[in-house]
Amino acid sequence: MGKLLRWIGSDSFVVSLVAILLGLICGAIIMLIGGYNPIVAYIALFQKIFGSPYDIGETIREITPLILTGLSVAFAFRTGLFNIGAEGQFLIGMTGATFVGVKLSGLPWIVHAPLAVIVGALAGGLWGALAGWLKASRGVNEVITTIMLNWIGLFLSNYIVASFLLQPGQQRSYMIQDTASMSLPWLAAAFGNARLHWGTVVALLAAVVFYIILWRTKLGYELRAVGHNPHAAQYAGMNVNRRMVTAMFTAGIFAGLAGVFEVLGVFHYQTVMAASPGYGFDGIAVSLLGMNNPFGVVLGAALFGGLTYGSAGMSFGADVPPEIIRIVIGSVIFFVATQGIVRYVLLPFYKRRGKEVAKA
Amino acid sequence: MVPLSTADTVVELKGITKRFPGIVANDSISLQLKRGEIHALLGENGAGKSTLMNILFGLYQPDEGQIFVRGEPVTIDSPNKAFDLGIGMVHQHFKLVQPFTVTENIILGLEPSKGLNIDYKSAHARVAKLSEQYGLKIDPKARIENISVGMQQRVEILKTLYRGADILIFDEPTAVLTPQEIHELIEIFRGLVAEGKSIILITHKLKEIMEIADTVTIIRRGKVIDTLKVAETNPKELAEKMVGRGVSFRTEKKEAQPGPVVLDVKDVTCLGGKGLPVLNGISLQVRAGEIVGIAGVDGNGQSELIEALTGLRSIQSGSVTLKGKDITNEKPRRISEAGLSLIPEDRHKHGLVLDFTMSENMVLETYFHPEFSKGIFLNYDAIDKYAERLIQEFDVRTPSIYNKARSLSGGNQQKAIIAREIDKDPELLIAAQPTRGLDVGAIEFVHKRLIEQRDHGKAVLLVSFELDEILNVADRIAVIYEGQIVGEVLPKDTNDQELGLMMAGSKRMQGGEARG
Ligand SMILES: Nc1ncnc2c1ncn2[C@@H]1O[C@H](COP(=O)(O)OP(=O)(O)OP(=O)(O)O)[C@@H](O)[C@H]1O
Ligand SMILES: [Mg+2]
Repeated sequence: MGKLLRWIGSDSFVVSLVAILLGLICGAIIMLIGGYNPIVAYIALFQKIFGSPYDIGETIREITPLILTGLSVAFAFRTGLFNIGAEGQFLIGMTGATFVGVKLSGLPWIVHAPLAVIVGALAGGLWGALAGWLKASRGVNEVITTIMLNWIGLFLSNYIVASFLLQPGQQRSYMIQDTASMSLPWLAAAFGNARLHWGTVVALLAAVVFYIILWRTKLGYELRAVGHNPHAAQYAGMNVNRRMVTAMFTAGIFAGLAGVFEVLGVFHYQTVMAASPGYGFDGIAVSLLGMNNPFGVVLGAALFGGLTYGSAGMSFGADVPPEIIRIVIGSVIFFVATQGIVRYVLLPFYKRRGKEVAKA
Repeated sequence: MVPLSTADTVVELKGITKRFPGIVANDSISLQLKRGEIHALLGENGAGKSTLMNILFGLYQPDEGQIFVRGEPVTIDSPNKAFDLGIGMVHQHFKLVQPFTVTENIILGLEPSKGLNIDYKSAHARVAKLSEQYGLKIDPKARIENISVGMQQRVEILKTLYRGADILIFDEPTAVLTPQEIHELIEIFRGLVAEGKSIILITHKLKEIMEIADTVTIIRRGKVIDTLKVAETNPKELAEKMVGRGVSFRTEKKEAQPGPVVLDVKDVTCLGGKGLPVLNGISLQVRAGEIVGIAGVDGNGQSELIEALTGLRSIQSGSVTLKGKDITNEKPRRISEAGLSLIPEDRHKHGLVLDFTMSENMVLETYFHPEFSKGIFLNYDAIDKYAERLIQEFDVRTPSIYNKARSLSGGNQQKAIIAREIDKDPELLIAAQPTRGLDVGAIEFVHKRLIEQRDHGKAVLLVSFELDEILNVADRIAVIYEGQIVGEVLPKDTNDQELGLMMAGSKRMQGGEARG
């Protein structure tokens, strides 16, 4: 906890805040150029996010999968791997959960729901591990394999849904059994029937697990060593190849869980998709926003999810096209990634602060 | 030529102070560099030499003090500013783009252009002309990853000359060079000053200072101790001023008491990247209680031998046993647990995880031992305590064990690795270039620890390009040439000339001859 507080007071936190501010300003400038009123637009945006209990609940729903896919990308990154495949792992995880949720019946909730979660998570994990294994055994760059596995994952999911789970006359699967549902009806009732579910709790726990694995366990020590310097890790007797597979497996579990809860908690069925939903790709942006720190990822997801959800209000209330919000998000990421610029903007403030300290 | 004393001052540092959290790296340092002079900076590991030069090169900002270049007060806030002022630097650890060619590296950031394209033709021509002018032989079209360390260094020098530098800073340029390359570098220095360039040279090798430098400034713990004319001093005085006590250059040791064979290498053959043998049926024995030195010119199989012994390179034929146990082609972890430790040659690549804290680095090979872990968790309290003890015992200068390895001075990084490996108290310690980049005081300390290890009845294999080191420390010397041991001699029966001939492959001796 103390660590979290220290981090909030730290330089990187201030820089992130300023980056967000600069991003919003950039968005405002673009709106002005486009002939929109940015103040009205931003007010509409925030009203959409915080306007009613229902909106708050739905914002949380939007944020949840982003936390998990963000963690997935960040975890792989910490171990020196670029996981562009959270999208595919998301889909395969989702499909695993749908399969168990639809096909099994007669089980009590306490068995069925967790089983669906676990199967989905493992499916996502194995999808990730596949890319790790290809890198370890054949030296194929994981960026390429994960991108390809995204497409394979999309079509494989569609195939499974269309061939085994399809509700006749629909472009989607049967509804999952009620015993597999991960929704939180009593909480949803308090939020105007927003689709709240257990996935949010799991996502927050996942951030804690992320931290504990990487910075408290032997496994995490090895993963970080491999990530920072595979040569030294190898010299120190660590099995670099096996650790790459472990890392991608874990990353896949995080992304898979995101997909799992979209089915078990939100929609309760899976459609045959023309294109990927994009949570996995947004996860890359979220991990960047969160600087690959698990708690940063939670905040990054909150920002990203909040802005995405709020953008609907902006188009509705201020007639600003929702794409503008993508520009805002894009510029925030730009400023987070190019911290040098932000620090340059902050320089005069730091100098003054330094002088005051010197005087004191 | 103008006598040095009246030559004009090109750089003057006045009262430079630089603080890092927990340490004053430079404490009010003043220094003058004259035109055409070679000015050496001498000081212990962590004394603040690299920091001072990084300030002059614009990488760090001083907290206090003034810099004058050719009499003008200046603020150097970036390396580009330094280049504008004619200051160039060759770093302790090279900064080259590996897959790029020599020319591409040299022109990086200042590419001559033809429309939107890089004008390689005129770039090659300029590079070729510079290399001729200063006698820096290079192949402009070779890729960095394929050329030797000495060659890479010339590329770094050319990079600074290409940018028009006439004040050149060298941070421990000879630490990674072979004796032959050092000789060539010294010639290059002579050429540079003859062209009117001025040089600041950081080195731990007193011999080099005596041979090439005009003036020497000694720094200890961030403060200037003295500035002397090299002609009016001697190595002993320099060493004393630098360390603050007397230093003996010859390590005292008792006669070795060799015991049973610990390491037995029999007819080992390994293939290199191109399928050609890099180890050619090599055989070697190291006994308990003795230090065997491997002498040889770089590239004759030393690295490959170490990799084969530690399980990092697969052995085609032959066998390796450690204390009677067959470890041929075993996994690195097994071999390490069987009692073999390695101080690797390349500390940044193989020895440390630079972004780990010092504490985490101290258990890189032992973190899973019961004393450092509880179930699946690490026991950070125990690790920190252990790291604290090692850092005390081996005098590793760092503000705390929580500093990233990256922030330590080069020599202190090396001391940390040595501490970690020696403290494992291995049956066999392999030390590859263990004193590279260390100050004379630290070298004395490391040699003592190696000998102590021997006196405890452990075996030590010392691989070094420094003949002085091998002659001084080893009890028995094996000469490696083209992947074979071409002879074994005792230090008392030989000298550098004979060793040099053997290393060049022109004199062979049967192992039995020397031992018999
Ligand atoms: N970026 C940094 N952050 C924190 N401390 C630093 C940093 N750079 C250097 N130091 C500290 O400053 C001191 C001086 O380091 P410096 O690298 O200048 O030593 P040096 O004289 O070059 O030593 P060596 O001979 O070992 O290379 C060291 O104690 C080092 O730990
Ligand atoms: Mg240094």
